[in-house]
Amino acid sequence: MSVEVLGSVYILAAILFVFGLKLMSSPATAVRGNLLSSVGMLMAVLITLTSKEILDYRYLAGAAILGAVVGVISARRVAMTGMPEMVALFNGSGGIASLLVGWAALYGQESSAFTLVTVLVSILIGGVTFSGSLVAWAKLSETIGSGAMTFAGQRVVNVLLLLVLLGCSIAMVLDPAWTFPLVFVVIGLSILLGVMAVIPIGGADMPVVISLLNSYSGLAACAAGFAINNTILIVAGSLVGAAGLILTNIMCKAMNRSLSNVLFSGFAATTKAT
Amino acid sequence: MEAVLLAFILMLSVFLGFELIAKVPATLHTPLMSGANAISGITVVGAIIAAGADLGPWSTWLGALAVFFATVNVVGGYMVTDRMLSMFKKKDSPSGGDS
Repeated sequence: MSVEVLGSVYILAAILFVFGLKLMSSPATAVRGNLLSSVGMLMAVLITLTSKEILDYRYLAGAAILGAVVGVISARRVAMTGMPEMVALFNGSGGIASLLVGWAALYGQESSAFTLVTVLVSILIGGVTFSGSLVAWAKLSETIGSGAMTFAGQRVVNVLLLLVLLGCSIAMVLDPAWTFPLVFVVIGLSILLGVMAVIPIGGADMPVVISLLNSYSGLAACAAGFAINNTILIVAGSLVGAAGLILTNIMCKAMNRSLSNVLFSGFAATTKAT
Repeated sequence: MEAVLLAFILMLSVFLGFELIAKVPATLHTPLMSGANAISGITVVGAIIAAGADLGPWSTWLGALAVFFATVNVVGGYMVTDRMLSMFKKKDSPSGGDS
């Protein structure tokens, strides 16, 4: 399969994603929109499978079949009332996948500074999406308490976390010899950061949080696309990133609140209490 | 140069994404979120390349794990969206029809 054919099918898939999203914003055409976008996805996957880059199908096929089975079973079995939780879990699953794709991009070829930065971004956003979605799921399904969880010095801890993450990332880009010990620190801290970002938000706000994390998972896919130089990941990822952000904003407006009001609601409550 | 081209693509896609979702009725918020979530499973394409391009055992294993998670996201995401939409279509299919 030549690169031109691969690229053309990716363009076609991107067109289907765009029309799919467009049709999904009207009740009369929403089902068709979802169908179109799934056809786009199928095309992108099939053409990638037949590209000449793919040499070894064994692990790939096993993992895909297992994933499809898990996906079908969980989508069929979930009760209508449990849909938002299920979306949160699927979203977390997409986040960890982008993290893993970024991580895998560190092996194989010589990484340039640009590749390293994009790998770090995909690991960071992917990790936050993964653990944030799991916390959102746990809150919605009341596996953990659905209230806002805050503790003294939480903001300081968050700022420290971000600073350490930033420090590790800069060290990695400046001296790639540090890549292997530090990438594990970055992975761990990104996952911790997702937990820290979502626990202070109350359970009632979780749909907005899931929508925001959905936007993040698009951005994570987009960053992974930069890391491996793949256009369809960049296009579809950034479409979802932008559409998700707008949708989050619309959802906030429907509740008469601002996004920052939702994200920092737990902190506001503690400040009022003290 | 390649990075600049890719950045252009990124910028245009972001604007497109903003424009696409400008007006959406409240009933469609959750299905749209779920549908967009399924599209973000596009990372499965990256996972397939990492798992299948024979870049060493680490890449293969991490890629295979990524293929698993991304496939759950894609397959589950589209199916759940379809279930949500079909339920919602039954309720007001007579009033629909404009597009």
